[in-house]
Amino acid sequence: MTLKQVVNNVAEMPASKKAVVDINKLSLTFQTADGPVYALSDVDLTIEEGDFVSFIGPSGCGKTTLLRVIADLEQATGGDISINGVTPHEAREKRAYGYVFQAPALLPWRSIERNVTLPLEIMEISKEERVKRAQEALKLVELNGFEKKFPWQLSGGMQQRASIARALSFDADLLLMDEPFGALDEIVRDHLNEQLLKLWARTNKTVAFVTHSIPEAVYLSTKIVVMSPRPGRIIDVIETNFPNDRTLDIRETPEFLEIAHRVREGLRAGHSNDE
Amino acid sequence: MTGMKLDKFCLVAAIAALLALIFPLSGIDGDTGKQVAFVGDIPGLAIAMALCVITGAAFTWLGVRSVKAGMVILAVAVFGCWQAVDVLYDHGVAGYAALGFWLFIISLWAFVWRGIDVIANFHSLDRSKQHAANIVVPLAFGVWLLFVWEVVVSGFGVPQVLLPPPSMIGERFVNSTDILASDFHQTFVKAVLSGYVMGCGSAFIIAIAVDRVPFLKRGLLPLGNMVSALPIIGVAPIMVMWFGFDWQSKAAVIVIMTFFPMLVNTVTGLNAAGKLEKDLMATYASGYWSTLFRLRLPAAMPFVFNALKINSTLALIGAIVAEFFGTPIVGMGFRISTEVGRMNIDMVWAEIALAALAGTAFYGAVAYIERKATSWHPSFRVRRH
Repeated sequence: MTLKQVVNNVAEMPASKKAVVDINKLSLTFQTADGPVYALSDVDLTIEEGDFVSFIGPSGCGKTTLLRVIADLEQATGGDISINGVTPHEAREKRAYGYVFQAPALLPWRSIERNVTLPLEIMEISKEERVKRAQEALKLVELNGFEKKFPWQLSGGMQQRASIARALSFDADLLLMDEPFGALDEIVRDHLNEQLLKLWARTNKTVAFVTHSIPEAVYLSTKIVVMSPRPGRIIDVIETNFPNDRTLDIRETPEFLEIAHRVREGLRAGHSNDE
Repeated sequence: MTGMKLDKFCLVAAIAALLALIFPLSGIDGDTGKQVAFVGDIPGLAIAMALCVITGAAFTWLGVRSVKAGMVILAVAVFGCWQAVDVLYDHGVAGYAALGFWLFIISLWAFVWRGIDVIANFHSLDRSKQHAANIVVPLAFGVWLLFVWEVVVSGFGVPQVLLPPPSMIGERFVNSTDILASDFHQTFVKAVLSGYVMGCGSAFIIAIAVDRVPFLKRGLLPLGNMVSALPIIGVAPIMVMWFGFDWQSKAAVIVIMTFFPMLVNTVTGLNAAGKLEKDLMATYASGYWSTLFRLRLPAAMPFVFNALKINSTLALIGAIVAEFFGTPIVGMGFRISTEVGRMNIDMVWAEIALAALAGTAFYGAVAYIERKATSWHPSFRVRRH
């Protein structure tokens, strides 16, 4: 496998699969007392079904904001965005999103099982079905046996896994993950990355993943979106072609290092533009 | 033994008890011109004092290192307290206590202090033992304070109008249970409970409305602040004019007193849920009521219980004070105001004791429910792995 085959610029790729997220000339400006802040500027992006897309960039590059715009937690001030052909607001009403935040955001008065069934409860799914789906979701993140524990009785990594189970429980079209492993140590993080990849390969979910770790982005993604700050914009989109059953060992391969190098170059270029 | 420290409390106890044996127990009776009582005539007291000397001396050297040792000195102290009360009432020392008697009390004080101190520092992994120790400490301390009150008031012969001894209050309490029961029913069951439920309940519902409607937040909160600042002394007579002499006017005063703490705490609590959790509910397209019941109200519960606890004591104060301004011929506040006028101070104290018991039990009940309802909160968490 040559590098040419592994690395392709997205512009050269023909669109074949169904687009889940379609973004055209999107921009977002916050009005603050100190004048406007250009959080996102002129963003064009397509996320296809089954893609694992990572957003990487320095702090303030708008990667989290972009994820929040996709999830209808922020409103764009310019351009178009559609999720499965409808607006983000309509997609949210249809419960298209499974969002995993930087912190687990588990409700401390609910057991792990009842935290996982929370979205199902809101969606008015029957009790037996809720319990059944919670069991399945907890099994996917290897947390079966912890149903009756409370969040504060679990370690940080386990809590984050529970929050992933919660996002998986209702079969959302799109899994949005905002630096979910950012607060965890590297060993736990590697383990969870492997688990997440297996999960993605098994469920074939479409995932949008925000990170500031280059190895994490390269290891997990089918598509890496490199962003730069002030104004937040996309400066490179890199497609990778690693096998779906890859392990952490691929991080030693030349292909992996080559892509990591290209990501780093992109980040550096974005940074120097700004100085 | 080298490097051993003397136990200072036991040393004080031994020396004080020894001096108590030497100095006169009581003063001189004006009629007979003789001392009222001698230690030598009262074998029980002499034994108690001697025991204090021996025990004190022994533990000065040995140190009070275990709960068992603490129990031994507490047992000696209890025997001593019994003899002290006995000598006050059965040997006529009440009102005539002299230096010997007070030295003996100082000796007992040192023992009790050291004994409670040892039990207070007791730590056990056995939860039932720990629980027992946690109860014994405040109980022993409370009983000791009552004892000191008793001997000081009796020993110095303090006039009963100024301060009756607790035994007299207790006797009055036991002999007037029917009056106390009817007062309790009138003031607590009728006025306090209904006023508390109405005040806290309405404030809770209005807090949710205030949170929902922005103009209420701006308009109603300052108004509520003003209402809470109204002096209860001024409001109570007006409420009596509006709602009559019976419990309804007292409940109205309680509503005014309890409304604002509940309103402010609930409004604050409704904003206690984190931004992340609110965003989470938004991604599930959770509606207003769904988010209210699943996220915001549970997150507000620690604040709500805080207000419930504050209000449990406010409500009782409000009811008793309001009864000073007109009431049917029953009720705790009514009884206090009339019995003061008739110089029946022991009855006033019996009512005060009843109010203290009712207030503590009410607060305790609310705190217990809080512990059960918000066991997830960091201040109550028990790790159960």
